[in-house]
Amino acid sequence: MYNEMSDLSVRVAKTDISSDAAEKLQYKIIVEQLDFFYGDIQALFDISMNIEQNRVTALIGPSGCGKSTFIRTLNRMNETIPGTRMEGKVLLDGCDIYQDFDDPSQIRTRVGMVFQKSNPFPKSVFENVAYGLRVNGIKDRNLIAEVVEESLKRAALWDEVKDKLDNSAFTFSGGQQQRLCIARALAIRPEVILMDEPASALDPISTAKIEDLIGELRQHYTIVIVTHNMQQAARVSDHTAFFYEGKLIEDGPTKEIFTRPKKKKTEDYITGRFG
Amino acid sequence: MRQLKFKPKSRIREFVGEKLISVNAYAALIVTLLIFIFVFKEAIPIFTDSIIQEEAAPDKMVFKQQFYEGREAKWSWQPTSDVPKYSLMPLFIGTLKAAIIAMLFAVPLGVGAAIYSSEFAPKRLREIIKPAIEMLAAIPSVVLGFFALMILATFLQNVLGLTFRLNALNAGIALGLAVIPIVFTIAEDAMTSVPRALRDAATALGANTWQVSLTTVLPAAIPGIAAGIVLGFGRAVGETMIVLMASGNAAIVSASFLDSVRTFSATIAAELAEVVFGGTHYTVLFFIGSLLFVFTFLINLTGDFFLVRLKEKMQGRTT
Repeated sequence: MYNEMSDLSVRVAKTDISSDAAEKLQYKIIVEQLDFFYGDIQALFDISMNIEQNRVTALIGPSGCGKSTFIRTLNRMNETIPGTRMEGKVLLDGCDIYQDFDDPSQIRTRVGMVFQKSNPFPKSVFENVAYGLRVNGIKDRNLIAEVVEESLKRAALWDEVKDKLDNSAFTFSGGQQQRLCIARALAIRPEVILMDEPASALDPISTAKIEDLIGELRQHYTIVIVTHNMQQAARVSDHTAFFYEGKLIEDGPTKEIFTRPKKKKTEDYITGRFG
Repeated sequence: MRQLKFKPKSRIREFVGEKLISVNAYAALIVTLLIFIFVFKEAIPIFTDSIIQEEAAPDKMVFKQQFYEGREAKWSWQPTSDVPKYSLMPLFIGTLKAAIIAMLFAVPLGVGAAIYSSEFAPKRLREIIKPAIEMLAAIPSVVLGFFALMILATFLQNVLGLTFRLNALNAGIALGLAVIPIVFTIAEDAMTSVPRALRDAATALGANTWQVSLTTVLPAAIPGIAAGIVLGFGRAVGETMIVLMASGNAAIVSASFLDSVRTFSATIAAELAEVVFGGTHYTVLFFIGSLLFVFTFLINLTGDFFLVRLKEKMQGRTT
């Protein structure tokens, strides 16, 4: 199950890029010369990377390589950690998310996030999904109910919870909770979804469900996923970026990264020589 | 290669050590139990001794009594008068008034400070605020009482133009100073113990700092805040020295917060040293002590209940 490279090649084929002009339009996020610091410690070094629209981009690399830090710069989540500092640019549809928006919460409604450990609020299923709507000023009850249903359906959770919308989120399994967190992120209708190791705490079946879901979601969203699991990256992503010690070593179509890596470090990592 | 010789562990030493430690734990338990038994034992004659019951049966302590012929029935606490009067109502009302003012003063300040400290204050400021407020708890209550008696009372009298310097408002505010650190510490701990993952989830959904605090952290920490308030109330009811010094100690039945009050605790402190051993007055004071004991016990139980709820909520076991 974990070595379906043949399946991978089918998916990768879709991402082949034809012309330079199309390429420019396709980029949802453009990162330019990004440096990031925790206090005096530099965590990211001069990262430049393009993230394609409606594609799944996987970030791989050993623990502590900066991939989680990187993903959190894409929706300004790192700002919630005191003592951090960044330099460089992150452009979302050409707008600098650090310069062109006064309020970081505006970015986060366009760039949603799913975390490593499922973190539902101690509220009902319905209220979990409705939360993002409520804090962003949506009051129309019918609209909220509509969007909650739509989001749960998109997260492939509706059939399991439709009769239990008032139950506490904690009464569901870990995998369901994680899909609830995905539904919650979808409810504010983001354009980009960041996933920070969304399946690392789940069993293989729940993991497979999440991966299937990612496959579905890529039609509507631009997805960036951090993963420790290289098979997962190979299975779900169109584009892969390899991080090592805070630097972007190499990125490209997933198929190329996994079959013909250009850099020695990448090859060593994906063949399991370190990491 | 040299051999490793492991020393066998002394079972006897461990046994003795363990017993010594457990004695300490039991000693605390036994002392509490003995105090409990002693206080209750001294209050029992209220229910059994017919001579004492003539003056201070339970119903006489609760309901209005006609102490002199031809005068209207009333609640009165005058245990050393020619006709001793043992109504507990004036003391109950006094205790309640002082405690209510203390809570009205301390809860908004304590909870507000807790919200600021845990949610908004920069880390460095928080490291000053928290110990500073907790330091309030370290001030001996006699010092707070002295402050209320000499400074606060005069200030309130000048500002509000009061007839009486020492009153429920004055005592309540001073009492509030003793309650603030309790409410603050417990509420603040509850809010900072809300997992970072929950804050992140709310932030990632586009909530700003205010919304994260009010819609995520605060609801999650509610049981902890409730525990802080309940335990603070327990302190407000049980605290003695501050009210003894700052309340004026007149056992008046009135609804005004500007009248002097006499609380249960202050009554015991002021009177117990001068009563006849085993007499009615003595027994009634022990009965009051028992009431306070039971009350604070229940309050602490309630507070603990809330804290357990908080813990469960944080671990995601209940809604």
